[in-house]
Amino acid sequence: MSISTTGSAEDPATDLGFLLHKHPGKVQRFTTSHGEAHVFYPEAGDEVCTAALLLDIDPVALVRKGRGDGRGRGGSPDFALAQYVNDRPYAASSLLAVALRTVFRSAMKGACPARPELPGRARPLRIELPAVPANGAGEGGGPAMVARLFEPLGWRVEAVAIPLDESFPEWGDSRYVRIALVSEAVRLADALQQLYVLLPVLDGAKHYWVAPDEVDKLLAAGEGWLAAHPERALITRRYLARRWSLTRAAMERLELARLAEADDREVEEVDNAVDDRPEEEGARPEEEGTQGSGERPAEPERPRPPSLAEQRRAAILDALRETGAARVADLGCGQGELIGELLKDARFTGILGVDVSVRALQAASRKLRLDRLPERQAARVTLAQGALTYTDARLKGFDAAVLCEVIEHLDLPRLPALEYAVFGAARPRAVVVTTPNAEYNVRWESLPAGTVRHADHRFEWSRAEFGAWAEKVAAAYGYTVVLRPVGPQDEEVGAPTQLALFTATVDGPATAVDAPPTAVDAPPITVDAPATTGAATTTTPEGGEPR
Amino acid sequence: MTDATVDATTESTAPRLLPVTDVSLVVLIGTSGAGKSTFARRHFLPTQVVSSDFCRGLVADDENDQSASAEAFDLLHYIVGKRLAAGRLTVVDATNVQPEARRQLVRIAREHDVLPIAIVLDVPPGVCAERNRSRPDRQLPAHVIPRQNRELRRSLRGLEREGFRKVHILRGEAEVAAAEVVPEKRYNDLRHLTGPFDVVGDIHGCRSELETLLTRLGYSLTRDAEGRPVDAAHPAGRTAVFVGDLVDRGPDTPGVLRLVMGMVAAGHAICVPGNHENKLGRAMDGKKVTVSHGLKESLDQLAGESEEFRAEVREFMRGLVSHYLLDGGALVVSHAGLPEKYHGRNSGRVRSHALYGETTGETDEYGLPVRYPWAEEYRGRALVVYGHTPVPTAGFVNNTLCLDTGCVFGGSLTALRYPERELVSVEAEREWYAPVRPLITDAPGAREGRPLDLADVAGRRIVETRLHGRVAVREENAAAALEVMSRFALDPRLLAYLPPTMAPSATSRRDGYLEHPEEAFLAYRADGVRHLVCEEKHMGSRAVLLVARDGAALERRFGVAGPGAIWTRTGRAFLDDDGLTAAVLGRVRSAAERAGLFEELGTDWLLLDAELMPWSLKAVELLRRQYAAVGAAAGAALPEVLSALERAAGRGLDLADLTARQRQRSADAGAFTEAYRRYCWPTEGLSGIRLAPFQLLAAEGANLAVRPHDEHLAWIDRLVAADDGEEPVLHRTGRVLVDTEDEASTAAATAWWEELTGAGGEGMVVKPLASLVRTTRGEGRPGGLVQPGMKVRGREYLRIIYGPDYTEHLDRLRQRSLGHKRSLALREYALGLEALDRLAAGEPLWRVHEPVFAVLALESEPVDPRL
Repeated sequence: MSISTTGSAEDPATDLGFLLHKHPGKVQRFTTSHGEAHVFYPEAGDEVCTAALLLDIDPVALVRKGRGDGRGRGGSPDFALAQYVNDRPYAASSLLAVALRTVFRSAMKGACPARPELPGRARPLRIELPAVPANGAGEGGGPAMVARLFEPLGWRVEAVAIPLDESFPEWGDSRYVRIALVSEAVRLADALQQLYVLLPVLDGAKHYWVAPDEVDKLLAAGEGWLAAHPERALITRRYLARRWSLTRAAMERLELARLAEADDREVEEVDNAVDDRPEEEGARPEEEGTQGSGERPAEPERPRPPSLAEQRRAAILDALRETGAARVADLGCGQGELIGELLKDARFTGILGVDVSVRALQAASRKLRLDRLPERQAARVTLAQGALTYTDARLKGFDAAVLCEVIEHLDLPRLPALEYAVFGAARPRAVVVTTPNAEYNVRWESLPAGTVRHADHRFEWSRAEFGAWAEKVAAAYGYTVVLRPVGPQDEEVGAPTQLALFTATVDGPATAVDAPPTAVDAPPITVDAPATTGAATTTTPEGGEPR
Repeated sequence: MTDATVDATTESTAPRLLPVTDVSLVVLIGTSGAGKSTFARRHFLPTQVVSSDFCRGLVADDENDQSASAEAFDLLHYIVGKRLAAGRLTVVDATNVQPEARRQLVRIAREHDVLPIAIVLDVPPGVCAERNRSRPDRQLPAHVIPRQNRELRRSLRGLEREGFRKVHILRGEAEVAAAEVVPEKRYNDLRHLTGPFDVVGDIHGCRSELETLLTRLGYSLTRDAEGRPVDAAHPAGRTAVFVGDLVDRGPDTPGVLRLVMGMVAAGHAICVPGNHENKLGRAMDGKKVTVSHGLKESLDQLAGESEEFRAEVREFMRGLVSHYLLDGGALVVSHAGLPEKYHGRNSGRVRSHALYGETTGETDEYGLPVRYPWAEEYRGRALVVYGHTPVPTAGFVNNTLCLDTGCVFGGSLTALRYPERELVSVEAEREWYAPVRPLITDAPGAREGRPLDLADVAGRRIVETRLHGRVAVREENAAAALEVMSRFALDPRLLAYLPPTMAPSATSRRDGYLEHPEEAFLAYRADGVRHLVCEEKHMGSRAVLLVARDGAALERRFGVAGPGAIWTRTGRAFLDDDGLTAAVLGRVRSAAERAGLFEELGTDWLLLDAELMPWSLKAVELLRRQYAAVGAAAGAALPEVLSALERAAGRGLDLADLTARQRQRSADAGAFTEAYRRYCWPTEGLSGIRLAPFQLLAAEGANLAVRPHDEHLAWIDRLVAADDGEEPVLHRTGRVLVDTEDEASTAAATAWWEELTGAGGEGMVVKPLASLVRTTRGEGRPGGLVQPGMKVRGREYLRIIYGPDYTEHLDRLRQRSLGHKRSLALREYALGLEALDRLAAGEPLWRVHEPVFAVLALESEPVDPRL
């Protein structure tokens, strides 16, 4: 990073040295938490003075430091997410922000005992950062983001995206932006504080090695200007997102991350069952499509019509009540939204929530506050990890099972396994299945044509496709099925969600002549040979041709 | 005379023999002080005896605390249940004089399908009272023993009615003292018979087909004066085993009975009853039964036989035992199959299941009861062979086999040769009886991948491996594997193998190197491995390929139709594009065909281990987000840094060291970018895709992975040479053989590695040439597994792993710990081979899936990912 100012003989640019508390004639070295920082002046004249801060991050220390509590056996670094191949040594990230505070502490405070008049004066400044990570993270990154953050503060922003690799132009731009911030008159202390807060906000990446107290310091530096910033919501959100990643890195199990790494995949591509945004953000993973690319409802305070997810849960509850079910298995319960609704109705006496994601179950347990429910209430709910491509004895004996927005998360070739595990093996009396109606997708304005509503949807069906599947499954496993639309009905494309209610066909008990005996507890019993002490009856069971 | 005295004593209390079935619940009955504990001590192991006093002590710290009785009996019942579930003889030492107490024990015995046996110690109350008085720790109120004695007296006559299958009453002290417990085998326990056996399916009066089948199996028939077969014997002493349903529907029930009864009587055959024998027997005994389902044919045919023959038939039917354990317990035969918990057990429901199977209570469209798919859930190690449900062809499901191929309905009569596991069948001569429903039903669980159950994989598990003993999987690792396996992986039926991880060679101290061949050669030499092969490490991603010879091959063997599959280290489809997958598989298939591999290996499918290139084909996202991004950031930042430094130096500042270091960083970053670029090239359809197979893992009936690597490379070279097409897809794997005792040889291999990696290659993998190798301990005893391979990665390639300027930090990076990685590599290797062994042996899907799943689970163990 370089900071340049201009001046004249009366107002020499080299006053920058006083402001920064770094002498232009020296090369100074500082030790920061992540490596060495060097300050030197490529130019130092009355007209132009440029101070350069070079942060030389030690990548090995970074990884080894970051492993923290996740230390593996044998002292090996166990931190799947901490890479030696890391942009931190090259990019102006949150680590630079931390270094700023160390190196320019007094300048940031606006203190200058030698020339007390200087800090209060605005100067022309040009700040250059050759590679700043400006992550989109669903909010549009790149030069536009830089402008959104700095222009409201009075900066003229020159920001150019850096290509990933000129050998592979098809890869497009990287997330790095070359930035120059220019202002005719700004106080240096303000400029440093703004960088201190906004560099990490721009970065938005995972910061597994920034300690929580450092994060708090970052936010404190926003005092005085953050409140008036038009993007303060975005700044706060991204700040919180960083906190969230931090928590996750420290607290969560990393098994899934390791499996992702074993397969050269992004962790997010595998460990994606739970939305990573903080809970207070109202993360609604099931609300895909309604909010599109991260745009928020303009005025969330106004009473709003029920969301599609709420309508879906209501439709499921209606269907369950019709079946008279008391014991319900929520298969693919996610974070327990439906379970929360079921708990409100005392008719549902036994609720089993099953999900394949341990993280989702942890989130469900937290949201349902299972550990704080009264004993009798808590006893109504059980959460368990399970996978519907395997049969599972725990799923037997329920009045009803719900597959709410679950089937579309399975690859089609695996669907028969789920059909068998649920309809064949677990065999509840009723099954409620909901899935998106692909036809309706054209009505989501924010959803590009031909795409699915959620990155993990392996398929989305039209009404005809879902109907055909439902009929096939019902016929194969002895159920009848009715189909219902959920959500606003559109004449042409139907409703956004489709629901199928399966009911097991009631068979009378097997006809007497063909049934083998079932009573096992009542004497007389049967053995293969008479007992030695006589008196034993050798009774052959009634029965006959079972074929 | 001393002798006479002894004789007299012996005579007056002649030893009373008490037969006790080897797996049963023995209930001692007697008043306090009757000597039950002493009796139990004398006749049973201490661990076999569960006493109410002991349980009282456990829950209340006082064996005499009567207020704790309810809790104590809860505990006693729990212990008894656990022991019986495990099939252990158990003795209950409590007074048991009250019917309610006994009723609960009988119930527990029945729950676990073992016989309850009562042994009554009927000792005069006076004796008991006297004994109690002499016990300092027990002071009973005077009325207790008389009351218990009254209860005992009232109980004596009704014990059989209560459900005790043997009742031994010992009257008086002398009889108690002289009693002797005689262990007795269960009727169904024929474990001492080891065969070999020929198990024959449902015959239903098809005497002619039975004669043909027995002849084909090598038996010679003996005929009576009228030419009717009355016995059949095998020259090699094989034993025939009939799974029941000899009778009804078919043309000659008496003929079948005559032959089978003759064979059983002569010791040439064993027979279990089917439901049809059961019903026919009762009909012949004059019981009222519904005459249907072909019973009338039998009764009519038997009416033409002599009274004497009919009596023999009735006797035969009565003597049939519902199921048998054979061959040390490895083979179980019953008519309608049997879940593992019923093997060797004895109860009404065991017999009922053996004869009729279990139904769900529902009926199908033909009004026939729907069978409970017990075989699907079966996880036992014993092979269960049964009949009862006609199926079009016999097939193994989870180590069970239904042999009823519907001969009487015009199907065939099938036998299993055991232990060979071969099926032999003869076609029906005609349809003898019209089936109620068509014979198109599946054997339960045979299709749709049904047999996998969550309990097969979830939670903490131990997987037994042939090569490496018991391998533990932790719960949290299984949980992660479950998520990946169920959300992202291919159908487990196809996923017969996941590749194990591989450890690098020990860290090199050589200047400028983190890894070097020298350490690998030394390590193998130290393990006593002389011959190695160094194989080129390709610059792609690991891929396992299942290649079908024709469209139906996989359907037949794996139950999934199609050309095969290509998957990654975690079992995901390698390519999103099915068409491209099929195209790659097509090239391998036709190369294998031309190379004659299918013919040579007697298989119509192949499982291959390979590297699929370029890396960017699979990992383009990772390359863009991580590798290229780092290159881009470095490329943007470092020139600016150098420029600033130069300008500052121009001002006379002393920046020489800092500048030199930044120049080095810049050079390293450039080298890094060059390194990852080698892994990226564009592909279009098949064009640009390169597949480098390096091992044949498995073919039908064979685990090939244990074969020496020179054999593998010979197969692979033939495969690669047979690739056609304008642009080759299959690529050779470069290799060098090494003799660890020969310095020239190791030097040559090192030079080869240097050349390979100097040109930008990833490095090499060093493997024992013999593939599967163990260390030798003293006296040549085999020791542990030797690492199946070690990777030695190139200096430039390691920039992708350890960062662009890792070469500046070698001292610290050398502090890496390989122990866990090595242990993991061995465990995963053993699991992988276990899966292939099980696949080769035709074991059930869940048995193959278990070690495959475990490999995935272990991959989530915390180990340095850079290794």
